[in-house]
Amino acid sequence: MFRNQYDNDVTVWSPQGRIHQLEYAMEAVKQGSACVGLKSKTHAILIALKRAPSELSAHQKKILPIDDHVAVSIAGLTADARLLCNFMRNECLNSRWAYNKPLPISRLVSMVGSKSQIPTQRYGRRPFGVGLLVAGYDALGPHIYQTCPSANYYDCKAMAIGARSQSARTYLEKHLDVFLDCSLEDLVKHGLRALRDTLPSEVDLTSKNCSLGIACKDKKFAILDDDDVSPYLALIEGEERSSRPQAEEAGQAMEADDAGTAGTSTDPVPADPQAVDEGMDQ
Amino acid sequence: MSSIGTGYDLSASQFSPDGRVFQVEYALKAVENSGTAVGIRGKDGVVFGVEKLITSKLYESGDNKRILNVDKHVGAAFAGLNADARHLVERARDEASSYRHSYGDPIPLRHLTERVSGYVHAHTLYSSVRPFGVSIILGSMEQDGPQMYLIDPSGVSWGYHGCAVGKAKQNAKTEIEKLKMKDMTVRELVKEVAKIIYIVHDEVKDKSFDLELSWVGEITGGKHELVPPEVFVEAEKYAKEALEESDDSDEEDL
Amino acid sequence: MASSSMFGHGNTTPFWTGGPAPGQFYSFPGSQQAAAQTPAQRTLYPVVTGSSVLGIQFEGGVVIAADMLGSYGSLARFRDCPRLFKVNDTTVVGAAGDYADFQYLTNVIEQQVIDEECLNDGFGYTPKSLHCWLTRVLYNRRSKFNPLWNTYIVAGIEDQKPFLGYVDKIGMAYEATSLACGFGAYIALYQVAVITKDGVDIKGPIKSETNWEVAHMIKGYE
Repeated sequence: MFRNQYDNDVTVWSPQGRIHQLEYAMEAVKQGSACVGLKSKTHAILIALKRAPSELSAHQKKILPIDDHVAVSIAGLTADARLLCNFMRNECLNSRWAYNKPLPISRLVSMVGSKSQIPTQRYGRRPFGVGLLVAGYDALGPHIYQTCPSANYYDCKAMAIGARSQSARTYLEKHLDVFLDCSLEDLVKHGLRALRDTLPSEVDLTSKNCSLGIACKDKKFAILDDDDVSPYLALIEGEERSSRPQAEEAGQAMEADDAGTAGTSTDPVPADPQAVDEGMDQ
Repeated sequence: MSSIGTGYDLSASQFSPDGRVFQVEYALKAVENSGTAVGIRGKDGVVFGVEKLITSKLYESGDNKRILNVDKHVGAAFAGLNADARHLVERARDEASSYRHSYGDPIPLRHLTERVSGYVHAHTLYSSVRPFGVSIILGSMEQDGPQMYLIDPSGVSWGYHGCAVGKAKQNAKTEIEKLKMKDMTVRELVKEVAKIIYIVHDEVKDKSFDLELSWVGEITGGKHELVPPEVFVEAEKYAKEALEESDDSDEEDL
Repeated sequence: MASSSMFGHGNTTPFWTGGPAPGQFYSFPGSQQAAAQTPAQRTLYPVVTGSSVLGIQFEGGVVIAADMLGSYGSLARFRDCPRLFKVNDTTVVGAAGDYADFQYLTNVIEQQVIDEECLNDGFGYTPKSLHCWLTRVLYNRRSKFNPLWNTYIVAGIEDQKPFLGYVDKIGMAYEATSLACGFGAYIALYQVAVITKDGVDIKGPIKSETNWEVAHMIKGYE
C-alpha cells in the first residue's frame, strides 16, 4: 500500500522532497509502547509503559540509565536503542573523565543527533529505528528532550512517544501550563494520567507494566519499578479516565524543516497493531 | 518535469535524457518546504532572519535554532532539513578551525564557502549518498567589509547583497529588492529583515512561528551573534506595525 | 566539551576519506613516502622558557602573577612574553616552562573556547574543568614519553568560590590556596590578573624596582 519507486533507499529523494525511508523509520517509533516525559522547575520525569513479549517473559525495561544525571526511555527497536545508549554512556563518561563534569543534556542530545544523521544520508545503512525521550538534570535545570530516527531532536516542555501517544500528547498540551510549578507528586500524577490515556479502556496501569524515572538536583537519577511505583499509582487510582478524543488530530502538514519530512506530530493513529500485544501484559 | 517516474530520477549519479540531475532538484524541494530564511548584506555588516515554524506547543521556544555560529566571525542561516544543516555546519566549523590552526587567522568567507560548497557538491556525484536537503547562507565581517554567500543543494555558491531561501523565497526576494541595502546599516536592516519575515509568513497555511534574528558587523565588533533582546523587540514591533499598516491599506484598495 | 575531537579536527568521516581532510590537499595513490627509518626522537629539554608563576586565593577571588621574561638557557632573551592566558571571564591559566609548548596548548584551548562559544548553549570552561582537562592532556603526553614541558597554574572562580590548581609536565596535579612554580626571574616585567565575581582583569606590564647592590657578594653561582 505504501509502495512507490522512491521508498527503497535513504539516499533517494522523492519528487516532493521527502525521504520515504526516513518516514518509515519514524513509523518504527510508533510501534513501541508509549512513554511520557515532562518537567517542572525542579524535576524531569519519565513514565513508560512496559510490555512482556510473551507469557513466559518478564516485562522489558523501558527506562535505561545513562549517567547519574540522565536517563532515556525508548520507543521503537530496542536493539537500536541499546546501541545509542551505549554511545551516550560513553560520551557521558568521556565528559567526566576529561572535565570532571557531568555532560550537559543539550550536548549529549546533539551528539546523538549528529550520530543519527550519518545513516540518513548514506547508502548501505538504515537510520536508527528508535525514538528516545531523554530526561536529565544539569547546571541549567531539568530537561526533557526527544530524539527521532530522522536525526532531529527537540527540547520539550513535555512529550510522549510510542504507540497511541497522541492521546498522551493531547493530555499534556491541555495541562501544559501547570507543570512548571508542580510538586514532584503532582508531576507524576500528570504523567501517569497522560500515559493511561494511551491505553485501551480495558487495560490499566499496574506496578508490573509501569516504570518511573526521576531526575532532580544533586540526586542520582532514580528508576522505579514494580513495588516502588505502587505508591504513585495509588495517587491516581479510581480517578475517572479522560474520555478518549474521538477524532485524533490527523496528520498535520508535513514540514521539511521540522522532522526530516515526517513530523513526529503527524501520528495518524492507525488501527492499532498493539492492541493484541498489550493485552498480553495482563 | 516530464521525466519524473521514468527511472532516471532515482540516483544522484544519473542524468536524465534531457541532461538533468533530478535528485538534486528533488533535494531543492525539501528546502522549499521549509520556513523562509533571509540574509541581507548592508554597508557595515550582514543580517540574518529566519521564520521558524512551530509544529507543536510541547516544544520549548528557543529550541532548534536555524541560525547557527560557524566561527566567531561567521554565521549561518539555513532552510531545509535541520539534521542535514547541522551536519553541514559542523563540517564548516571544522573547516574554520582547521584554517585557524594552520594560518592563525580567521577563515576568509570566500575560502570557507568554497570548502563547504565542495563538500555539498561531492554529495551530488555519487549514488551512494543523497544530496543535502539544505540551502545555507553564510555571512561574515571581514577587513574589507561584510561578505555573504549562498550555497544550494547542488553545491553552487554565489555571493549576494540580499538573498532568501525556503517557502516564500520569491516574495522575500521581491521585498529585498525594494531596499537600498548597500547604503544601509545593520541597525536599519535588522528591522527590515524582521518586516520581510513577517510579510512573507503565510498565516493561513502555517500557524505560528518564531522569528530569529542575528547579525555580524562593526556593531558587534566583528562577531556573529543573535541580536540582543532590546533590538529584537524593537525590530519585531516595527515589523508588526508595518504589517498592520499594509493590511489596512490593502483593505482601502478594496 | 567535544571530547571525541579533543583537538578540533581529525573528524573526517568514512565517505570523505577519499578526499582531503579540512585544510589539506588531495593526495594521490602511491604518492606517500616511505616512513623514515630513523629512531623516534624526543624533546629532552625546553628551549625558550618562562619561570615563576604565583597564585594566591583571597576572600572573593584569586590573584595570579607571572613575570614576562623568556629565557634562552641562562640568557634573558625575550622580555615581553605574556605567560598569563585569559580563557574566559572566570578562568586564567599561567604557565612556566617551554614557551612554545605553552603557546601550542593555549591555541588548543582558544579553539575549544571558540567551539563552545559557537554552540552558545550556556556552558563553557570552568577553572575546575580546565584543570582536569590539563591534567589528562599532560599525563597522557608524559605517558607517551613526549611531555609538554610546562607547569600550569589554573586560577579562577567557580560556584562563587576561588579556585587555584597546579599541573606539571608529568601530570601531577593538586589544588591549594596558594601556589607557585618556577624560580624567580625578578628582573623582568610583571603581569597581574585578578579574578573576582566581576570578571577577569589583567594588569600590567608592571615594572618592579630591583636592587642589585648585593650582587657582588654572591659567590659560587657564576
